[in-house]
Parts: sequence; structure tokens; C-alpha cells
Amino acid sequence: MQAEQREATATVLPSANGHASSPEARRLVRIEPPTGWQFVNWREVLEYKDLLQTQVHRGVTVAYKQTVLGFGWAIIGPVFSMIVFTVIFGNLANVPSDGVPYALFSYTALLPWQYFSGALSGTTNSLVSNRNIFTKVYFPRLILPLVPLGTGLVGFGISFGVLVVLMIWYAVVPTVWVVFLPVLIFILMLTALGSGLWLSSLALQYRDVGRIVGMASRLLMYAAPVVWPVSLIAEKLPEHYETIRIFYGLYPMAGVIEGFRAALLGTVPMPWDLIGMGTITALVLTITGAFYFRRTEHLFADVA
Amino acid sequence: MARPAIRVENLGKRYRIGVEEEQHETLLGAMGSWFTAPISNYRRLRDLSHFEDDENRDDVLWALRDVSFEIHPGEVVGFIGRNGAGKSTLLKLLSRIAYPTTGHIELVGRVSSLLEVGTGFHQELTGRENVFLNGTILGMTKAEVASKFDEIVEFSGVGKFIDTPVKRYSSGMKVRLGFAVAAHLEPDILIVDEVLAVGDIAFKKKCLGKMDEVSKSGRTVLYVSHEMSTVTNLCQRAYVLSGGQIVHQGPVQEAVEWYLDDMEVLDRDNLRLDEVDENERGGDGRLRFTSAYLVDRRGRHTHAPTAGEPVEVVLEYEAQEDLPRVMFWLRIDNHLNVPVSVLHMRSHETYYDIQKGTGRVRCRIPNLPLPNGAYQIKIKAKDYVQGHMLDALESALEFEVSASTFFGSDYTPDINHSTVLMEHGWTHEEHIDASVSPS
Repeated sequence: MQAEQREATATVLPSANGHASSPEARRLVRIEPPTGWQFVNWREVLEYKDLLQTQVHRGVTVAYKQTVLGFGWAIIGPVFSMIVFTVIFGNLANVPSDGVPYALFSYTALLPWQYFSGALSGTTNSLVSNRNIFTKVYFPRLILPLVPLGTGLVGFGISFGVLVVLMIWYAVVPTVWVVFLPVLIFILMLTALGSGLWLSSLALQYRDVGRIVGMASRLLMYAAPVVWPVSLIAEKLPEHYETIRIFYGLYPMAGVIEGFRAALLGTVPMPWDLIGMGTITALVLTITGAFYFRRTEHLFADVA
Repeated sequence: MARPAIRVENLGKRYRIGVEEEQHETLLGAMGSWFTAPISNYRRLRDLSHFEDDENRDDVLWALRDVSFEIHPGEVVGFIGRNGAGKSTLLKLLSRIAYPTTGHIELVGRVSSLLEVGTGFHQELTGRENVFLNGTILGMTKAEVASKFDEIVEFSGVGKFIDTPVKRYSSGMKVRLGFAVAAHLEPDILIVDEVLAVGDIAFKKKCLGKMDEVSKSGRTVLYVSHEMSTVTNLCQRAYVLSGGQIVHQGPVQEAVEWYLDDMEVLDRDNLRLDEVDENERGGDGRLRFTSAYLVDRRGRHTHAPTAGEPVEVVLEYEAQEDLPRVMFWLRIDNHLNVPVSVLHMRSHETYYDIQKGTGRVRCRIPNLPLPNGAYQIKIKAKDYVQGHMLDALESALEFEVSASTFFGSDYTPDINHSTVLMEHGWTHEEHIDASVSPS
């Protein structure tokens, strides 16, 4: 018991005889100075799942409220980028597109990319923009960086509908690997979450981080195979291609985007190597991020 | 004896306060610092969250130190103290918003803290959506909110506006809706900050009634306030905080009196106006106020005068030279910074001839006509021979009116409804005859 209590920094311990209704069995909350590294208390986050749900609902409603086009904006964003990219990179610069129309090629990549960049900036700013809430009420702070992951899915779903229309238009049939899409989406969310856990806490302590992420996000898009195919590396640097490809895979968006194209358009075989490397990065980011978030959580109210 | 609902042992909270900025004499120095600024900024930001072991550095502030107490289920306990006494830090620790540096807290049961009403309200969303938003932030499940939804709307009195965006609500409606959600939390321990200071009287009464109800049903209430009258009405017991420590505890009436007496002692020692920085005062300095305080009917220093009783504003000064024809005046502002009245020697067509050295001026108000609330006084002295300001202090003195004998009855209008109290009388006539009425 003694050891358990020492570890339990403001955690909820169900008391020994465990009858939830009797007053003796009411939960004991012990609040202590924070000690050492701890992993996120997922059970508590689960207890607050309704808060996550209403916050996601709020995020979606607010994003589209008092706009004329409403959810239309979820379509216009990626479609507009697709048109610009198709004109500049597809037509003017003649960037190869693995044998499918450039519009389809770039839109398939823009789908996960827009989700990622939206979730990244959303999670990074999640603590800063909600400081008027978490300095007034207790709830597991982890809820806040999770919210943008949920709200982003709505826009993602709508944009996905447009992709289906485009595929029908260009008469492209998806491969069987389309069943693997949910896994790719999961890796995508994990990557955003892992980065967000690190960045949200850092952005609260050092507001510079929010600005850096804004700029870095643009750079990261060109680093990801959004407007160009990975096969371009093989073409330009054939002698080091194998090595480059392994290291490039560490950037999770490489595997996710090429995976999306492989599964939906069949441009390339499923890039398992890229996906595998990316998953490792995403997991490392999320696990270390969770520890870092928990470690710094007690400071949030003091520095906000 | 039953297990305490709240047990606090040796609680301490340390903050790092900002260290003074360096000043640069030269442009070169300023430019140099522009380049090194990122490094020093980084150190400064980092230091907010990292403490080295030299814990007695001068930029470290212990907002709370060695605080221990126990509160039993069903008790209603007040915490009183001045600004900066550690009340809000204690609330933040009990609410699990901030973490302690030392010691620990044990809370038994479900805890709700109301440091604010309507936390997380979004302007664009409707009242209905905000009830769910706010309810889940406060720890309810959606099902719980849904089951109490009708009661919440009923209690708030928002009624048919429930599906209107909150941005179209009056501020009073927002507060009522926020409190209505909080009132339906059914916690075992309720921690309340001065949220009751907002809203109109009728709603305030409703809130106090609700809190009373909560405590009668065996739950524990912890209430923090400046308003001595609500503390006395609501609580059985109170703790007095000062400088981050509990300095007194006892039955509420006794604790409140102890606190008011303690304020008086502190004021006599602390309110030295000659230590006020030169930048914060006006005038040419040939006369300087050294002290300003209130004296009540019995000649005691006070910070909490009673409306309807005589009070004297006493100003002490030191003059650097002989000054013929000096006029003093003071202005009383209320908590909204609305000037309530100017008390000026010019109104009495009088002045004082002042000799070098110290002296004291008294301004007597025979019948303090102010409703309950917080006020501050600005003081000025002017040389009417040369027309120069001698000294001017923006906030020389603060006080709080907390009781009234102005009308000799138990009703005195509240500060939300009146700025000053006005003596008046009522008469009544019946069967008015037009021929004898004044024309």
C-alpha cells in the first residue's frame, strides 16, 4: 500500500472493500508532489470519454458554424490544393505520377496530409488555446490533445467522399489492399498524437513552438511524397536508393501516403518497408510523448 | 470518528516569480541583449518550471507553506484572508489544477470545484449544447446531464432561450446557466470560490440556498470569499490564511472578528506611504504623504467601516519647507473605478498654512453613505500660492464596507443597485382633494 501510494500522484484509488454505493467505499483521491516518470492513466481518460465526445462535437460545430458553405469547406480545401498542384507540378514541372492522372495522384496524398497537418497544429495548440478551461477545472489533460484527432476525422470523411467521386470519374479500381486502409489511418492518427503530445506540452511552456510548427508543417509537406512519388528517388539517385528508402521510411507520412496510393490507386505494390519503419517512429513518438506529457502535466496550470 | 472528507498535511506550494528585467544604458547594450535575449528568455521560461535545490533564492515565492487541516463530512468551512494570502493557491491544489510542492491532500468522494461558472462555454453554441459541454467538463457523463437537463434549465430560468446561441445571452443569463449546471453536480465535496459575487440579489439568494441544501444533505462545502457577510451566513467554521499559512481557526464569527482585527494591526504597520515609489506619485515632493488610514467611531483603525457610522480619513504628511495655503482633497472610487465622491477643502473655502515638518489632516464623514463593497481613496495636496501639485497618490487607501446601520433597519440597498446611500423619508396621503393639493 505504501509503495502504491507513493506512486499514485493524484490518482484515484478505489478503496479496499469496493462497494461503490456505500459511503465507506467512496473513492480516495490523494494529491501529492509529482515524482518521477509515469505512463498515462488510460483508465481515467476512459472515464472522461464523454468529455472527449462533447469537445469533438464542439470542435466540429464551431468550425463550420456561421459559414455559408459549412461542411463545403472540407471539400474546397483539398480540392483547391489539388488544382494548384496539378497545374504547377503536374503540368508545368512535369513531376511523374506513377501512371495515374496527376489530379488523382495528388488528391490521394492530400487526404492523409491535410488530416495530419490539421491534427498537428490542432494538438500543438490544444493546451495553449484551452488554458482558460484547464486552469479552472480538473480533468485528465490528455483529453485536450486528443480532441483535434477526432474533429479532423469529420473533414477527412467528407474529403474521402470526394476521392470516391474522383476515382469513379477516372475509372480507377482500388486494389484489395483497400481493407488495410483503417490500419494506415490508425498509423496516421498515432503519428499526429505522438507529435502532439510532445509539442502541446512544449508549446505551452515555450510559445515559440506553435510558430515553429506552423512553418515546419509546410516544409514537412514537401518532404512527404505528396506532390512527388517515392519512385522519383529511385530515378534520381539509383545507386543509394535502398539505403535512402529505409531511412526515408522513418518519416511515418512516407509510408502512409505511399500506402494510400498503393491501396487505392495500385500505382505501386504495398510499401510494407516504409509502413513498417513509419510505425516504429509513430510508436516511439507516442510512447515517449505520453511519458513526457505526464511528466510535465503538473506544470501546466503554473505556466499557462 | 468518521474519516475526514478532506485531510491536508504540511501542504506547500512554491512558485518562481519573474526576476526584474535588466536595464540598458546604451543602444549598443540594448542591441547586444537583443541577440542574447533568446538565451536569457529560454532560461527564464525554463526556470518557471525547473527548480534547482537552492530553494531560498529571492525569486522563489512560497504561496503556501505547512498548511494542515481536516474537514469532516457535512461541514461547511470558510477560508478568509487578504489578496495574496494563499487562498486561490489552496483552491487550485484542492481542485487538482496545480500540484503541491510539499505535503499531500486526501479527498474522499467525488469533488467538484467551482472556481468559475460556465467554464468552457462557447459563444457560438446554444445554451443546450453548452450545458452538455460544461457538464462533461465538470466531470458528469452525458447521460447524467441528460437526466438532469430539465431541472437545470428550470433552475437557470433561461427557459425558451435554451436553443439560442449563448452569445445572445445577457451576462446574467450566462452566469445563471453556468451555476445551474454546477448546482446539479451532486458532489461529495464542493469547493466554491467567490462565484457568488456575480449575479443579481435574487439569484445570489438562490445560490446560497442551494449551497445550504448541499451541506444539509451531508456533503462537505469549502467556501472562499472576501465577503465576510456570506461567509458568516453560510459557514460554521473558518480558517484565516495569511502569508500562505493558517494563522487562525475557529467558529466562523470568532474567526471573522479575528481576521478584521488582524487587518487593523497589519495596516498600522504596513501602510507606509513614504515607501511608495516616486514614479507612482505625482507632485513636486515638497510635501509627501506618509500615511493614510481610516478611524472608526471608537477611534480604532479600521479597514471595514460600517455604513451609517462616522468615520475619519486621516492623512499624515511631512513637509520639506513652510507651505502657506495648502489644500487637501480626496476621491473615493468604488470597485468599478466609478468615482463616488470628491471631498475637497475648496468646498469649504478653506486651506491650511503648513510649517516644515510632520502633521496630520483629518477629514470627518459624519454618516458614511456607502453600500457594502470595496472602495479605494485617492489623495492629493496642492500649493494654492504657486498652483503646484505637492503630492498625489492614486491608491492611497483601500477599504471595504461590510455592514450598515445607515437606515437603522435590516435592509440596505446593494452595491449593484446603488452607488451611494441617500437619506430620505416617505409620506403618504389618502383621498387626494384637488383643491388643496399644491399647485
